[in-house]
Amino acid sequence: MRLELEKRAEHSRTMAVLSPLLALVLTLISGAIMFALLGQDPVRALYTFFIEPLTASWSLQELVVKAAPLILIAVGLAVCYLSNTWNIGAEGQFTFGAIAGSLLPIVFPGFESPLTLPLMLLMGIAGGMLWGAIPAFLKIRFGANEILTSLMLVYVAQLFLDWLVRGPWRDPEGFNFPESRLFSDAAILQPLADGRMHVGALFALLAVIAMSVILMKTLKGFEVRVLGQAPRAGQFAGFSRNKMVLFAFLLSGGLAGLAGISEVSGSINQLTPVISPGYGFTAIIVAFLGRLNPIGIFIAGFLLALSYLGGEAAQVSLGLSDKTTRVFQGMLLFYVLACDTLILYRIRLTRAYAPSGKEA
Amino acid sequence: MTQDHETNPPPGAGTRRSGEVLLEARGITKQFGDVRANDDVSLVLRAGEIHALLGENGAGKSTLVKILYGALEPNAGTLHWRGAPVRISSPAEARALGIGMVFQHFSLFEALTVAENIALALPGGTPLRDLSKRIRSVSQDYGLALDPDAIVADLPVGIRQRIEIVRCLLQEPKLIIMDEPTSVLTPQEADQLFLTLERLTAEGCAILYISHRLEEVKRICHHATIMRHGKVVMECDPAQETAGSLARLMVGSAVHDLKRGAQAAEGGPRLELRGLSAPPDGPFSVALQDINLSVTGGEVVAIAGIAGNGQGELFDLLSGERRAQDSGAIVIDGTASGHLGITLRRRQGCGFVPEERLGHGAVPGLRLSENIVLTRHGTGDGLVRGGMLDMGLARRMEQRIKSNFDVRMSHDDPEARALSGGNLQKFVIGRELDRTPGVLVVNQPTWGVDAGAAALIRQELIDLSRQGSAVLVISQDLDEIFEVADRIAVISRGHLSPAEPAAQLTRERIGLLMGGLEEGQGKAGHAA
Repeated sequence: MRLELEKRAEHSRTMAVLSPLLALVLTLISGAIMFALLGQDPVRALYTFFIEPLTASWSLQELVVKAAPLILIAVGLAVCYLSNTWNIGAEGQFTFGAIAGSLLPIVFPGFESPLTLPLMLLMGIAGGMLWGAIPAFLKIRFGANEILTSLMLVYVAQLFLDWLVRGPWRDPEGFNFPESRLFSDAAILQPLADGRMHVGALFALLAVIAMSVILMKTLKGFEVRVLGQAPRAGQFAGFSRNKMVLFAFLLSGGLAGLAGISEVSGSINQLTPVISPGYGFTAIIVAFLGRLNPIGIFIAGFLLALSYLGGEAAQVSLGLSDKTTRVFQGMLLFYVLACDTLILYRIRLTRAYAPSGKEA
Repeated sequence: MTQDHETNPPPGAGTRRSGEVLLEARGITKQFGDVRANDDVSLVLRAGEIHALLGENGAGKSTLVKILYGALEPNAGTLHWRGAPVRISSPAEARALGIGMVFQHFSLFEALTVAENIALALPGGTPLRDLSKRIRSVSQDYGLALDPDAIVADLPVGIRQRIEIVRCLLQEPKLIIMDEPTSVLTPQEADQLFLTLERLTAEGCAILYISHRLEEVKRICHHATIMRHGKVVMECDPAQETAGSLARLMVGSAVHDLKRGAQAAEGGPRLELRGLSAPPDGPFSVALQDINLSVTGGEVVAIAGIAGNGQGELFDLLSGERRAQDSGAIVIDGTASGHLGITLRRRQGCGFVPEERLGHGAVPGLRLSENIVLTRHGTGDGLVRGGMLDMGLARRMEQRIKSNFDVRMSHDDPEARALSGGNLQKFVIGRELDRTPGVLVVNQPTWGVDAGAAALIRQELIDLSRQGSAVLVISQDLDEIFEVADRIAVISRGHLSPAEPAAQLTRERIGLLMGGLEEGQGKAGHAA
């Protein structure tokens, strides 16, 4: 007797919906075991992690603030992954977008006009696109593996930011702290409501709607899916693989750059050595948990944002390390990818072939 | 052990048939979905014998060999090694018994040396220096000179194959399976290989030799088993046969009735190839050499040939998936089109059906309606307006193709992968015929398709041509070619013989042309 994976005739639509839910349940079970091993009451710990942050107005706003960049980056990444292009470097594109967009308020602090913000946002998008264009170019021209190049460029962008805020862009009146000057009011994204929530959340919403339309209704979206699933068939359809690599990287880089400048302009209001709690990497989980579907990503973005808040809550009230957040995110991605197998395969118990034949 | 004596031939039945029975397969059956790749196949391999396994592509040779080498499990049947029943469930077990295999496509790491590549295949523990010595001595013994320190990337294919053979020999096998060993060799390299094989059999080794090259089989093999459609149709002594009779046994001669109708009135040439040449675009790709062909409206022209002689490369150039270097080498309806991409060629009224249905002709995970968009998004059918898809129209087209071409499915608009081979092929061809293309190029139109669907598809191809379209069929199936073609050309190692009227060609002659017998005589290939 052995377990065998048997291929289904078609994708199972039930499993496509059930798989992320199943992954979530498995993550919660594993999380409970982990908390028990850490000497915590699993029920209380899970409550603190996943429910408590939803009970106060300020933390709900904080949820939106954290979900917005995740969603914005993840819808771009979804286009990459659907087209079989592996952009792992959204964190770098986020960072470089933030740097490019901050050029205006830091180097030209006197330039205050209604044009300041739109220009900053456009420069942020352009910066992210530029950072994304590098691995795309290297792949198209030299066949370099984009997983490696895009990932390594994350560290380049982060170190560049670190150098900037400790060196040329350090605030002259900042008591030598490694921070840039604070942005002027004209360079700050308007808050929504009375808390920390800002206009960046609307960008995420718009991106979800726009990407839904592009992926479902346009020839471009069709091209993305065809080239991702069957490159040879894509060639047969007359689509260019290289152009798709460039398109996917520019789109996801641009959205990550927009997320970067929105975060800096809306939440932090200056450049600091670290501007992201790993949004660019967490967005990879968001993209897969959301089935690479913009609507799914919208929901998954909030779930992963909750894991950030829960991690903070667990630090404060349970005294657990902030690494618990990373562990939860890692488990979730692991289970999602594992459960996705069930969409195209079913598990079956088979008896081994006995070489008896008809003569034996 | 008693079975041994029953299968032994009477004394004097042939000098080589008296060796000890090494491996015997009895009643092997292997089912893939609804295709029976091996149907009650039996085979006896004896020490000191080169045993040829002949058959067209799809006849089941590879499946049988994979079962013998432990890479596949049969659904029924038994294997016996020296008379005792054995179960070979992995290639490692096959090697432990003494069965070695030399693959058609090499599995070598180009960046490593010869000795390092061989070390990877052997059980660990042998110091590389000792191994190099063994490689030198074995390769010299068998006349297969090899430098163990050479980097594989620097070596030509003939030498690379030697590495595979020496790697196999180092395991001291009793039985060596060779899958088309000469398909990548020059005639001189092949001669060298034959000397090695004779040497091996003289030492009592058995060789199972898979090849399409019939002259070669006649020359070196002592016994032949011929397979067709998954069954053994004949065993013979190839020396007693002619290449022509072997070819006939391989391809069979079953004929279905198709309505041919009269050829349409001679139109002008709609598809012309003028001196089309292309270098190989990969290590296992075939160079195309000065191909000339003209297909007129109203006729079906077929290109026969054994797989891997340049058919795929030719198709890619015809479809525009690969551009021709010279735009005038491909002329469609009088317009030089070699430089155009596939979408522009479709706009000129061409339709294309590739050999591979899933993954090339259709995306497995997309619905049929979406797969219609795949080839028809740029052909002015109204599927795309201002960048937006009209999926409602695509679904109506899917319904139309489904009923016109009898595509059967369990529920409406399924994913392409859910269709059976025959139904998907009807869909993929129907998708193009639905446009009534002026030029249709089809590679292997009924590959792996059941007889009913095959007859329907062939009839559709003939009917299209009779409406004035030019139809070019690339096929390995001679039955099919004789059913549909008005004229036939044969491709062999990237050379195309001149197209001749089907009525004037015999199977034997095509078999000989496929075997490369008239290669190099180029356009003068009329002497038969």
